[in-house]
Amino acid sequence: MLYREAGDFKTSYHADNQTFPIKFDRIGFWITMAIAFLVIPFVINDYWANAIFVPFLIYAIAAIGLNILTGYCGQVSLGTGGFMAVGAYACYKLMTAFPDVSIVIHIILAGGITAAVGAAFGLPSLRIKGFYLAVATLAAQFFLVWLFNKVAWFYNYSASGQINAPERFVAGVAVTGPNTAPWAQYMICLVFLTVCALIARNLTRGTVGRSWMAIRDMDIAAEIIGVNPLKAKLTAFAVSSFFVGISGALFFSVYLGAVEVGEAFGIQKSFLVLFMIIIGGLGSIFGCFAGAAFLVLLPVALKVLGVDVLGWPTDLVAHLNLVIVGALIMFFLIKEPHGLAQLWRLAKEKLRLWPFPY
Amino acid sequence: MSADFLYGIEVIINGLMAGVLYALVALGFVLIFKASGIFNYAQGVMALFAALTLVGIMEGQVPFSHLINAIFGTEVHHFGWEVPALLAIAFTVLIMIGFAWAVQHFVFRHLVGQEPIILFMATIGLAYFLEGVGDLMWGSDIKTLALGLPQGGSLVVEEWTAGLGGDDFYGFFIDKLDMIATIVAILLVASLIIFAQYTKQGRAMRAVADDHQAALSVGISLNFIWVLVWSLAGIVALVAGVMWGAKSGVQFSLSLIALKALPVLMLGGFTSIPGAIVGGLIIGVGEKLFEYTIGAPYLGGATENWFAYMLALIFLVFRPQGLFGEKIIERV
Repeated sequence: MLYREAGDFKTSYHADNQTFPIKFDRIGFWITMAIAFLVIPFVINDYWANAIFVPFLIYAIAAIGLNILTGYCGQVSLGTGGFMAVGAYACYKLMTAFPDVSIVIHIILAGGITAAVGAAFGLPSLRIKGFYLAVATLAAQFFLVWLFNKVAWFYNYSASGQINAPERFVAGVAVTGPNTAPWAQYMICLVFLTVCALIARNLTRGTVGRSWMAIRDMDIAAEIIGVNPLKAKLTAFAVSSFFVGISGALFFSVYLGAVEVGEAFGIQKSFLVLFMIIIGGLGSIFGCFAGAAFLVLLPVALKVLGVDVLGWPTDLVAHLNLVIVGALIMFFLIKEPHGLAQLWRLAKEKLRLWPFPY
Repeated sequence: MSADFLYGIEVIINGLMAGVLYALVALGFVLIFKASGIFNYAQGVMALFAALTLVGIMEGQVPFSHLINAIFGTEVHHFGWEVPALLAIAFTVLIMIGFAWAVQHFVFRHLVGQEPIILFMATIGLAYFLEGVGDLMWGSDIKTLALGLPQGGSLVVEEWTAGLGGDDFYGFFIDKLDMIATIVAILLVASLIIFAQYTKQGRAMRAVADDHQAALSVGISLNFIWVLVWSLAGIVALVAGVMWGAKSGVQFSLSLIALKALPVLMLGGFTSIPGAIVGGLIIGVGEKLFEYTIGAPYLGGATENWFAYMLALIFLVFRPQGLFGEKIIERV
């Protein structure tokens, strides 16, 4: 009853092509937007921003990026951490080289640079597939991390080898550096996430997205019906890396402020983002949000439960966290290979009939 | 002969020995991949888990003592006995077989017929799970593996080869442990080949690797074979874990050797045991030589982190199925 297409008449092409064709979805979208933009910034405090909201928003951008490549185009990548590092270091170099330019432009440019690097590492995907490609992307991961560690130019010859985000302002409000207010951190990440998600959603509905999905489902068949695999795969790599680069730039400049490359962007980060899209749902933008929220919240919830409530040592809880995440991955792959997004889809099917099941 | 040239040879010999260890890990991958089509990312963590278990049993640690202490407020750590190495190895093998059964029974039996990439991601989940369980069971501190294996450079080899060069050459420096690892690896490979060629189970294993359906129709139990290959992979992991653990201590970084084994596999081909060995040797020698000739002098060192992947990547672009892999035939 509540959730249905019936009665929602479209009278123009514009209405038929809108991002959320179903009225219920549209209402839900605007309510979510209203809460995210108008309520949370006023109630957010430092703990909630740093432990939950900012990492969630940033990982959601990375998950959208990886989901475009893996979920929509079928190319498994284990190089997400490396590409995030490219975004972070590109952003750092731009911030220090052109201090007068707005950081928003720097972050977008960092995404662009990452897109170029991603497309370059995507070139082998034209020859190699499946696992072979997954392992080949590890080359990107290890090479990029090594590069940012060894070449002093990337971290401006600082003695510690770290990069530190200088203070930058957007519309007179500090968004990076030590004096940033929690709501400012939250807002800049939210704006980027909203724009990225809308772009991603509309890309995947259009020609480009369909050619990606054709490649994912059967690349040879796709080639025969006229999809250019070179174009489809490289655009998937570029677009995916663009989002991943933006998330890396935000992760460094807004969230952490200071970054040591091996620690922040190591192989673990690649797996974390991969897990997000598996748990959330491959090939679904909603799944990126669900997966990112789940994997950001899980350690926090476990920590609250284990350390604060039960009084267990921190390292024990960290180990339990590994066990639970690992078990959940296997559980989801067995029971629900399409992830949380599929649960949401099923819920919507039920809503269509509710409250009269027949 | 000039000293530089001799040092180059020493680098190659050391690379060969490192390569043997890579091959040892890669072997575990190939076994499982051939028989079940599962690309087992957890192989490295299995090596870590096996080594942790071995140390834990030998020292008489109470499993899950950390967790028990946290829940019940007790202070248990050790049983107070020490188990001799051979007995401990036997126990560890039993545990790895139990693990193989559990993995097959609870996870991969339910995933039969899924896409390979789904299976691969499931093994990543398995790796996390096993890493967490290993830490919970035995604690996450670095442990030393006291099996009484000799350590340090071999003086005999050093003196014996010192005469090859001039006054500034002091002979080849070769770690005794590496020599033992090489011998063990050769023995292990030989016994695996004998097992696969001459025993009933080994033949059944190869039959499954060739064709699941045909193997089923002649009465081979797929479930049994899969438990068997996971057990074998567990034993190979134990050997690899012991060798690496004796070298650098039993710690988390041990599980990262799995990542090193991946380019080895890509080079050698996922389905070939000789490929795993040759690939391991090529990667071992390649990364040491690259570090010695180009990496350390010009690029600031530590190129070993990525060289293997780059080599495999470039290699794959020209030969996508690896050196010895079966030709990839794609059908629509």
